[in-house]
Amino acid sequence: MIPLLQAAATAGTHPLTGTIAEWVWLVPLLPLLGFVINGALSLASVFHAGPGDPALAHGEAHGVDDGGHGHAAAHDDDAHGATGDDHHPVVRHRFAGVASIVGPGVLILSFLLAAAIFLAMRGAGEMTAPFIQRYFSWMPVGDMHIDAAFQLDQLSMMMTLVVTGVGMLIHLFSVGYMQDDPGYPRFFAYLNLFVFFMLVLVLAGNYPLLFIGWEGVGVCSYLLIGFWFSDKVNSDAGKKAFIVNRIGDVGFLIAMFMMFANMHALDFTGVREGAASLPFGGIVVTTICLFLFLGCAGKSAQIPLYTWLPDAMAGPTPVSALIHAATMVTAGVYLIARTNVLFSMAPVAQLVVVIIGALTAIFAASIGLKQWDIKKVLAYSTVSQLGYMFIGVGSGAYVSGLFHLVTHAFFKALLFLGSGSVIFAMHRAYHHTDNHDDAQDMRNMGGLKQYMPVTFWLMWIATLAIAGIPPFAGFFSKDEILGGLFARAQHSTIASASLFGIPGSGWLYFAYLLGLVAAFMTATYMTRMMIYTFHGPNRTGEKERGHLAEAPWIMTGPLVVLGILSAIGGWLNLPEFAPLGRVGALEHWLDPVVGESTARVMAGAGETSASLEYTLVGVAILIAVGGIALAWTRLKPESLVPKREAAPEEGFEKVLVNKYYVDEIYDKTIVEPVVGVSRGLLWRGIDAGLIDGVGVNGSAYLARFVGWIGSQFQSGQLGTYAWVLVAGVLAVLGAFSIR
Amino acid sequence: MNALLTSIGYTHWILPALLIIPLIGAAVIWLLGARGGGAGGDEVVSGVAATPRMVALVTFAVEFIVSLGLWWSFDPGNNAWQSVVDYAWIPSWGIRFTIGVDGIAVMMVLLTTFIMLLAVGGSWTSIRARSHSYYALLLVLTTGMLGVFLSLDLFLFYVMWEVMLIPMYFIIGIWGGDRRIYASLKFFIYTMVGSLLMLVAIIYLGLAARDPATGIPTFAYDYVLQNAMVTSTAAKWLFGAFFLAFAVKVPMFPFHTWLPDAHVEAPTAGSVVLASIMLKLGTFGFLRLAVPLFPSAAMDPTIRGIILGLAVIGIVYGALVSLVQPDFKKLVAYSSVSHLGFVMLGIFALTVQSVQGALMVMINHGISTGALFFLIGMIYERRHTRLIDAYGGIARVVPMFAAILTIVTFSSIGVPGTNGFIGEFLVLLGSFQTQPVLSVIATTVVIISAAYLLWAIQRILFNPLDKRENEHIPDLNRRELAIMVPLVAAIVWLGVYPAPVLRRMEGAATKFVNMVDARRNLLTTGVAEAER
Repeated sequence: MIPLLQAAATAGTHPLTGTIAEWVWLVPLLPLLGFVINGALSLASVFHAGPGDPALAHGEAHGVDDGGHGHAAAHDDDAHGATGDDHHPVVRHRFAGVASIVGPGVLILSFLLAAAIFLAMRGAGEMTAPFIQRYFSWMPVGDMHIDAAFQLDQLSMMMTLVVTGVGMLIHLFSVGYMQDDPGYPRFFAYLNLFVFFMLVLVLAGNYPLLFIGWEGVGVCSYLLIGFWFSDKVNSDAGKKAFIVNRIGDVGFLIAMFMMFANMHALDFTGVREGAASLPFGGIVVTTICLFLFLGCAGKSAQIPLYTWLPDAMAGPTPVSALIHAATMVTAGVYLIARTNVLFSMAPVAQLVVVIIGALTAIFAASIGLKQWDIKKVLAYSTVSQLGYMFIGVGSGAYVSGLFHLVTHAFFKALLFLGSGSVIFAMHRAYHHTDNHDDAQDMRNMGGLKQYMPVTFWLMWIATLAIAGIPPFAGFFSKDEILGGLFARAQHSTIASASLFGIPGSGWLYFAYLLGLVAAFMTATYMTRMMIYTFHGPNRTGEKERGHLAEAPWIMTGPLVVLGILSAIGGWLNLPEFAPLGRVGALEHWLDPVVGESTARVMAGAGETSASLEYTLVGVAILIAVGGIALAWTRLKPESLVPKREAAPEEGFEKVLVNKYYVDEIYDKTIVEPVVGVSRGLLWRGIDAGLIDGVGVNGSAYLARFVGWIGSQFQSGQLGTYAWVLVAGVLAVLGAFSIR
Repeated sequence: MNALLTSIGYTHWILPALLIIPLIGAAVIWLLGARGGGAGGDEVVSGVAATPRMVALVTFAVEFIVSLGLWWSFDPGNNAWQSVVDYAWIPSWGIRFTIGVDGIAVMMVLLTTFIMLLAVGGSWTSIRARSHSYYALLLVLTTGMLGVFLSLDLFLFYVMWEVMLIPMYFIIGIWGGDRRIYASLKFFIYTMVGSLLMLVAIIYLGLAARDPATGIPTFAYDYVLQNAMVTSTAAKWLFGAFFLAFAVKVPMFPFHTWLPDAHVEAPTAGSVVLASIMLKLGTFGFLRLAVPLFPSAAMDPTIRGIILGLAVIGIVYGALVSLVQPDFKKLVAYSSVSHLGFVMLGIFALTVQSVQGALMVMINHGISTGALFFLIGMIYERRHTRLIDAYGGIARVVPMFAAILTIVTFSSIGVPGTNGFIGEFLVLLGSFQTQPVLSVIATTVVIISAAYLLWAIQRILFNPLDKRENEHIPDLNRRELAIMVPLVAAIVWLGVYPAPVLRRMEGAATKFVNMVDARRNLLTTGVAEAER
């Protein structure tokens, strides 16, 4: 009761009180409503109640009682679980119309509301304190009060706009992409539910509520990766994603327990205040940050927990774009930015974040160099780019990491949706000729630019953006990360710390170097992907070629919007050396949330000098151009052959194609031993062998033996039993009363 | 609502009514059965089962509706026993019939009446022989279980404890699967060994609290709690006796091996009752008797360490063994060992959060694992196998079953937003404050629990539909939906808005923690009061 009253008291003075911002609860609730409607439609279209007595459904009574319901099930709308290889003509789902309106509709409304709240925030002038709305008490236990509370500040507003904005575009794209799928409303139900949880994640006012969103998006990811669940590969991938994420979630949970133990708070404001009493760089704050980062490594696919993300490409492509590129996987970056106060107090933890981020960036980029599946290239690219974001937020340059999060959402969503458009076209072509070749393998593509020019041009924009060519969006954000890292290597609290006896500045310069090499690889593998997909001769097949065509407008429309955003997204936060508009707008916007922590890390040092900055930028551009040039000059699309005629790779190429065999290593060293020990030692050994075999049944034999002795004395065994029982009870009682 | 309840004198009659209503139902069924039933054959088809199951359904419905009043009539701000009814039963032995509730008991009673009502639905077509006896036993069982939760007299507690044991023994032994005799005997002997020792301990305590003038023993809970004088050595032995009785019931590792057998062999409703309610009687026993009566023994560093250790071993062990079970019912049975380990960890970590969490796990496990057993029973009725490998890809064929099983799975693995999360989170967060290492070990089990259940439902619901027998399984019928929908609703409600439940249990949980904490360092139970 008391915290609620306090909320009322403080809310009265907040500039957002009485504005449309008070409707912020509706932003996530609209997608939830969409989920309910689409979910109901989905179940309604496939559910046929079984017979009253299920036992009679089999055997002689079959077909009498159930009036063909059993058969109806096999022909249900959602029954075929159409995989990508379903070549039979599919009738559109009977609720496709409603789902097409409700699914994207709720996202459009949600985005409009978020935009209106954004305008209200801009109009409200300087807003230093977060706008916190408490709805009800969620877990009140003893002196712990965890409320269902949303927190609106500059950071959550930014994330809300990205989630609803990009989410809206991807929902629209899905109307076209999923049009023939028998599970159409189910798809939108899951997608809506995902957006709901993602919004809970970014709007939550405390860690446990954030955790609802955190695991909720994981559930939706699980459901959507395994959307075409009749294929074992897909349901395996969904399960793997969830379990690997749970490893990270253990870290998140322990971090929360430690926060409560040491700061007695779990809401952001309370933790921010409680942090003041902890020693700078102390073991507590460092451990909390490291455990939180374990959670981030799971959700955001960093070493050593990245392995689920490439497999997650088994889901439909819009899912890859929304969940596994633009939003969910960036949640870890958001979490660190949200916990900036603690991280800025733990330089060692920051070093770990930066190093893991840099290693992931280069490691994933190297795998991306040799992938043939177009979505796998993009998946490893995402892992690599997330590494950059962690370099940003890890080095205390929070704005740069968040800036890259936003631009990456634009260009990576565009790349994934573009690849979706390509796969869509490939499918249709194969569909017409009943061909069962791999529609995602780049060796089966080539020369697509003449068949799908819109997709072609837009994907080049995105490629230049991610490669870091000015003036596209990725150039500005990646440059800010690397520039910020360089500045912090020169002077910062992190540079003054040390890890494994090596000074922080050394680590940071090392990370900077890795970042540069990864940037070079990024430019190379992206160009490679573009060359193999769109340039050179077409390898799809003689008959199929005639059916290749551009996607419908409902799909290309969102691509165009994302293309524009990828081109101009850099304007959000222009650097001082390129005053093409307002400089540092995003930095200024986020200042109330992360400004103090950023300054703390910089420990009084200014940004790098202009001349050094020009040098760094020059190097970055050279590297990007060099990477593109390398791919452009060395790769020969003419010599490629379709997948089924291709020879297997050898040497190091084989290692790369097989992703350094990390999955195999994990299987052999972790999964198989756990299962083996559980089955052999624990279940068969201890449970069946020791406890039951020796203990329980052993004492049964003993009892039988004693009983046999007893039976030698007397024949009326029942009576004996009763007497012995009574005697035993009396004996024990007596023993105690005598003492 | 409260005014209405007061006007009908609700608090004066509700608790005895809850014990009597099932007995009346049972009597009616027995009388009807004596006249008509027992013709043999399939009683569902022949219609013989129609009357007893209807009587049972009506009785349980009345029981549930009547019990709902407790939600409002219970005053969370009042820490005394509420709705107390007290009669002298065997005065010469000092045995009284005293029943009453605190916040813990209220929630357990509501859970019991709720689950029992659904359990009738789960038996509807699965019990096809001797249905009169079956439903009558189910009703008697309910009186026994409720009696344990309500008893405020130690002797009455023991009687009720035995009353619930015997019907369950028959339910497993008569309506169970192929190895039912082995399973029911194992269940009976395991439980009996424990409860006999408990009887001895109760008698000892009653004598220790006897009236010095008349020499008549006393079994009244509050009186014993304050006045029973025992030495610390005796306290350890007595605690040991209670511990054995309750640890078997929980079941704690390594006393758990009766559980997988009993679960697998029991009929659906038997498994549901066993998991949802009877296991809770073990942890309830720790909360009500074993720990408050002997805080010095229970909180003795060695004893406490052993119990906490066994709890965490159970958590990890149960999860790992679940991972490799080929039988879905056995998998869920072992997962209960893991879940109940959380309850024990929460109780013995002794913080308000961990105890509240333990109580939430008790409720949540009742709902989620009950729901899993219902679902297993439903699919078993269709395919007559519980082997996971016999299924595969059936989500296409039975989409409603698949949707509900998926939701229940998420609840069971503690996904936030479902009930399962609240309990686990509070237990782990609370335990971390006093037992950080054990809490961290237990936390890692969220990975294994996700693995065993998701792997299981993948092999049942997802993957290719590659077996012909599975192609025409009928989906849930309306009766089965009516069972599952309330459970799913409870899963969401308790996950999103558990505050009303937590508020009702807060007083009792805090009282438990404070009392045990205050008296743990005293050598003997009751001496503190005597010295004061």
